[in-house]
Amino acid sequence: MILAANIGLEIHCQLTALQSKLFCSCYSDYRDKTPNNNVCPICSGLPGSLPLLNQKAVELAGMVSLALGCKVPDKIMFYRKNYFYPDLPKNFQLTQYNSYGITSIGVDGKLDYDGSKKAVIRRVQLEEDPGRLIYENNNNNANSYTLIDYNRAGVALIEIVTEPNFTDPKHVRMFLNKISSVVQHLGVCDTKLEGSVRCDANVSIGSKRKVEIKNVNSFKEVEKALSYEITRQNTMSLHDIEIKAETRHWDDLRKITKQARTKEEEQDYRYFPEPDIPTIILGNEFLSSLKAIMPELPDERKIRFVTDYELSEHMAQVLIENKEMSDFFELAVSIYSSPKEIANSIITDLMAFIDDSEQKASILSGLKIEPKHVADLVKLVDQNTINRNTAKMILKQIIKTGEMPSQLVIKTNASKIDDTGAIAEAVESIFIREKSAVIDAKNNPNVANFLLGKVMQLTRGRADPKIALNLITRKLTESN
Amino acid sequence: MTNLCGLTTKQVTLGIKNRDFSAEEYICQILDRIEKIDVKINAFITVDKKGALQKAQLIDRKIHNREQNIGPLAGVAVGIKDNINTNGLNTTCASKMLKDYVSPYDATTVKRLRESDAIVVGKLNLDEFAMGSTTEFSNNGPTHNPWNIDYVAGGSSGGSAASVAALECAVSLGSDTGGSIRCPASFCSVVGLKPTYGSVSRYGLISYANSLEQIGPIGKTVSDVAMVMNAIAGKDDNDYTTLEWVPKYTLHPTKKNIRVGLVKQLVEGADQAISKCIYNAMDLFSKLDFECEEISMNSIRYSLPSYYTIAMAEASSNLARYDNIRYGFDLNPDGYEWNTYFSKVRSNFGQEVKRRIIIGSYVLSAGYYGKYYLKAQMLRSLLKRELKSFFKQYDILIAPTMPVLPFKIGEKIDDPLKMYLIDIDTVIANLSGIPAMSIPAGFHNDLPIGLQIMANELQEQTILDAAMLFEKASNIQRSPDL
Repeated sequence: MILAANIGLEIHCQLTALQSKLFCSCYSDYRDKTPNNNVCPICSGLPGSLPLLNQKAVELAGMVSLALGCKVPDKIMFYRKNYFYPDLPKNFQLTQYNSYGITSIGVDGKLDYDGSKKAVIRRVQLEEDPGRLIYENNNNNANSYTLIDYNRAGVALIEIVTEPNFTDPKHVRMFLNKISSVVQHLGVCDTKLEGSVRCDANVSIGSKRKVEIKNVNSFKEVEKALSYEITRQNTMSLHDIEIKAETRHWDDLRKITKQARTKEEEQDYRYFPEPDIPTIILGNEFLSSLKAIMPELPDERKIRFVTDYELSEHMAQVLIENKEMSDFFELAVSIYSSPKEIANSIITDLMAFIDDSEQKASILSGLKIEPKHVADLVKLVDQNTINRNTAKMILKQIIKTGEMPSQLVIKTNASKIDDTGAIAEAVESIFIREKSAVIDAKNNPNVANFLLGKVMQLTRGRADPKIALNLITRKLTESN
Repeated sequence: MTNLCGLTTKQVTLGIKNRDFSAEEYICQILDRIEKIDVKINAFITVDKKGALQKAQLIDRKIHNREQNIGPLAGVAVGIKDNINTNGLNTTCASKMLKDYVSPYDATTVKRLRESDAIVVGKLNLDEFAMGSTTEFSNNGPTHNPWNIDYVAGGSSGGSAASVAALECAVSLGSDTGGSIRCPASFCSVVGLKPTYGSVSRYGLISYANSLEQIGPIGKTVSDVAMVMNAIAGKDDNDYTTLEWVPKYTLHPTKKNIRVGLVKQLVEGADQAISKCIYNAMDLFSKLDFECEEISMNSIRYSLPSYYTIAMAEASSNLARYDNIRYGFDLNPDGYEWNTYFSKVRSNFGQEVKRRIIIGSYVLSAGYYGKYYLKAQMLRSLLKRELKSFFKQYDILIAPTMPVLPFKIGEKIDDPLKMYLIDIDTVIANLSGIPAMSIPAGFHNDLPIGLQIMANELQEQTILDAAMLFEKASNIQRSPDL
């Protein structure tokens, strides 16, 4: 018997919109910097330094909490999470903790995803990122030393913790896409930056012990890791092998989870309130000022897409799940106002070329297409200059070259053949070539479509299919 | 040339400003004295001859050129406890862990002293990471009491108090987590103030127990202490726990009819000679027309356990960063796996520090947090509440600073519990955040006794007023013949 899985998530998002780190004035942007140059006495944990809270970080984390339907408490506190690890300059992490009273920035939220599915958010907390351990050799055992770069240490993170209510790894991926879209819409986190969003998952089957999965690099891999883990646990259970509560790391190359070397589950973090940061009083004013500056959220945008642009629920849903695609869509519409066609072109044609399995600066990076191209293309279709098939092929071309569709059409002589004489000629030659099919047509009405396909093939898709079909049907009737 | 080392802060600044002597002349005498005397006292870990002389010459030039921007502490020789960061000068915490550590920045208090044109002459001995009450737990050996070099100087700011008593500097900075300024001030017959929590920046003070400690001045006289407070106190943007206010202490007592509460349990719990001395002090206050009454404080019996629980808990976390990765001492990591290297490094803490880290980790561990740490915090609130009600009726509370006289070096070192118990009179001010001062009150068998004066939050001026009046009326000797 396959036991049902319970999956919970811990998602870390860096607040990349911030200029400075969470507790000091060092740059928040640590990427591509000389190692250990983006540090100060505070974030490198020098003796005698004291943390100074970045107020803007509290605002951004507050916005995320509101967007995830969380309650934001009147006062928040920071706690020390004590553990020894070389990437942690103070050997404790400043984070938030709710076991001794609710003091994290957000608590008890929920988020709808994929239209009607609901996820329950346990809490949102604000905390600092540790430094980075760098191994020169990919094979861990070949490294006789580890390099540490503290440039990232102290960067502001929000951790979103869900209830373990997910049952299907596919849903997890959809949820993660939604979270990603939310933080992008809020403008707090550029999820396309390498390492800006990280996800740990815990999974148990039946009511057996919980296994933590760490070290997963992309949402796609999260889904794979979870599927693997559910299968692994079910197989063990089937053979009456005990499932241990443990931490497992996802091996990206072999696509398996494997036991972590350290026994992280036995850690006692000895949480206690950070004495150097007094309790922060937020109050109603804070909340109302946040609500006033909250940008449009994906769900609000969806409603607007349906009402303003008359998109179908489904189309709107697909678009809002990705802020970049939504923005692309709206830009294209602002150039040529044919929302349904543009949405259609983006969703059915353009998105097929997008590979979101890896994190990169933009999901469109490497593709030379811009909103103006899609607007132009849809305009050509609307004006009957080209048909949908041709549009699809042109799109494929633009992605590589970045040419304007209207120019490409002239260059390749790709415009639709709507001259009845020319199409009749093509039909004529197909009727000669496909004699047996023409005879079959008496008993089989589908033959007309077959012949149409042949005509389109001959004209390289440029023939107006309506005219061609008319001619074919008329000719079939005549010959009978 | 007259001996300048014994001058008070006020006398030094006036003497230099009036050109009775130059800053260089004064600082040379101080440096000579350190060289001569400190072999006996061991108050200094580092002496900055070069820096001190340069600063003195700079001040002399300013005076010579009749510049306007001459600081209020111009020329005054100050010593800094070696757990307070000084840019470019070693800050060791008297620990092997930081033996060669040089801070890249000045603590706010040091910065403000420098801006006031005080001259930093060196760094002063302490118990390792300020954990101790005698300055015996130092990687640099114990500091000796200038009144009798066989005796402890008190701690943990033993170097700060002994150096002032031995006239090796005019004033010094100490830090007080559970009595670390007041205890050695009492044992060395000098004046030491633990300011209100949040009145002096802790930025650059190497943390032992953040929620309890404050940096404060030690001087020969009450006015020395007041002048240093004017320089160092006040809001600091680098320390979130500092309060929004601007200090301005006057050296002329304004308040005359001060209401005094004598804390009965603390006086009765002290050695007989000390109790007698404190009652005498109360009599003196009565003669000054202060209203004096005896009070009984119920929450005192919880103060020590609650203090040590909180202090050690915070310490266990604060000291976690000393892993020898980013800074530390020479210990080659080659061939070690991270965890083994870490253990190897951490074994270099002294006994007392290790003890406190272990106890602190224990009280914070899962299942014990509520039993110890949380309970300690509740008792802390209880004490605060009781004190609040006392300060409705009294302006100051008086008690002994220490329940015992200075004792011989080595006498209590093997009995940590006994050592912890002598902090009973001082931890109250740290737990509640109120200001408290130790001021010389007399001698017994040639060993100093200190009177402790406590007041409500930010009422340092009341303490200074009472202390100045007491100082004038009692006239107790401040520095021994050495």
